[in-house]
Amino acid sequence: MLRARAVLGQPIPPASEPLSATSAFQLVGNTPLVEIRRVRDGLAPGVRLFGKLEGFNPGGSVKDRPALKMIQDGLARGALHPGKTILDSTSGNTGIALAMVGAALGYPVELVMPGNVSVERKKVVAAFGAKAIYSDPLEGSDGAIRLCRKILAEAPDRYFKPDQYNNAANPQAHYETTGPEIWRQTAAEVTHFVAGIGTGGTIMGTGRYLKEQNPAVQIVAAEPDDAFHGLEGLKHMASSIVPGIYHEEQLDRKIGIATDDAYNMVYRLGREEGLLVGQSSGAAHVAALQVARTLERGTIVVLFADFGDRYLSTNLWLGWQRLQGQVP
Amino acid sequence: MVQVKIPTPLRKYTAGAGSVEAQGATVTALVDDLERRYPGMKARLCDESGQVRRFVNIFVNGEDIRFLKHLETPLKAGDELSIVPAIAGGH
Repeated sequence: MLRARAVLGQPIPPASEPLSATSAFQLVGNTPLVEIRRVRDGLAPGVRLFGKLEGFNPGGSVKDRPALKMIQDGLARGALHPGKTILDSTSGNTGIALAMVGAALGYPVELVMPGNVSVERKKVVAAFGAKAIYSDPLEGSDGAIRLCRKILAEAPDRYFKPDQYNNAANPQAHYETTGPEIWRQTAAEVTHFVAGIGTGGTIMGTGRYLKEQNPAVQIVAAEPDDAFHGLEGLKHMASSIVPGIYHEEQLDRKIGIATDDAYNMVYRLGREEGLLVGQSSGAAHVAALQVARTLERGTIVVLFADFGDRYLSTNLWLGWQRLQGQVP
Repeated sequence: MVQVKIPTPLRKYTAGAGSVEAQGATVTALVDDLERRYPGMKARLCDESGQVRRFVNIFVNGEDIRFLKHLETPLKAGDELSIVPAIAGGH
């Protein structure tokens, strides 16, 4: 039985400035930072841990940032114009983000996703009016990448393909928004930034901005510890099609995380912090604690890419232990 | 024999084959047979206690064995078994 928390902060009062936006996509970014005060496992008192809650984006994940930037960039270059359809391969969150921005701007969206993405993702994409094309579940996200290339090759004039894996606008979105937000929210005290890697856009763009402000900031990536894993959204780089925007030499450290450890961290963050996040966030926090244990002082920001309610139908929550009557 | 569909990350054990044959009267027996034919495979599918790993889904003729008889789900010649991990993509 957990004891009641003796100390509670006061809720932040409503902001005084007008809060309405003229379109959903204008609400992308400016996500909150929350201090992690319990799932810190005896760290030195001088180490502070913060979660950047990307689930607060209107599309529900960090992917709203690159999706919006890539579409804006396509419009600016004339690559996207009325009559074209937005097409890309995605394991889910980018698809939802593209579907959301496409709906807000009035462009049709087609998404190639592995057939085993979560039911929630399929339904959300459909709710935004986008068309889903499913690739072979056995081939994972690389299978979706290949199928998407084939569809594009058959009708290149019909589509605008943001191509999140190779589009410089993906990391640029984070350079322009995620990085500055973290710098400002930590009052320039951030010493470490930890995030999962899938396309690498988040960690490349955010890392580049933070290092420009302070070259001592350490950029740490969390990745699955094996090619065969259950960390939806993350890539095991050594066994994957390596994204063109990913430059491993710009990372200070890369930490392999076991799927079970990430899942268990998700359960802990829910119960001990009141934060229900997805499995990639669990993986990132496991990596953050590994880094934090080596420090006496520091301010670590962990990117929580989305919330966990997007995975209630997946193995994260319907795993074997739970079905066997054990509490996860 | 049962046809077993192998996901890309595990094809290093099957010399690249996406579909292999194995035998067994139950999923447990089939996994043991897979281990004999392709050493190292079982540890990827099952944890130390012998249970299927949380992020691994096994389907028999398209049905998730979680909703059948788990590892004791019976198999017969001509069945198709698919091993599907939770998916991976990109931040």
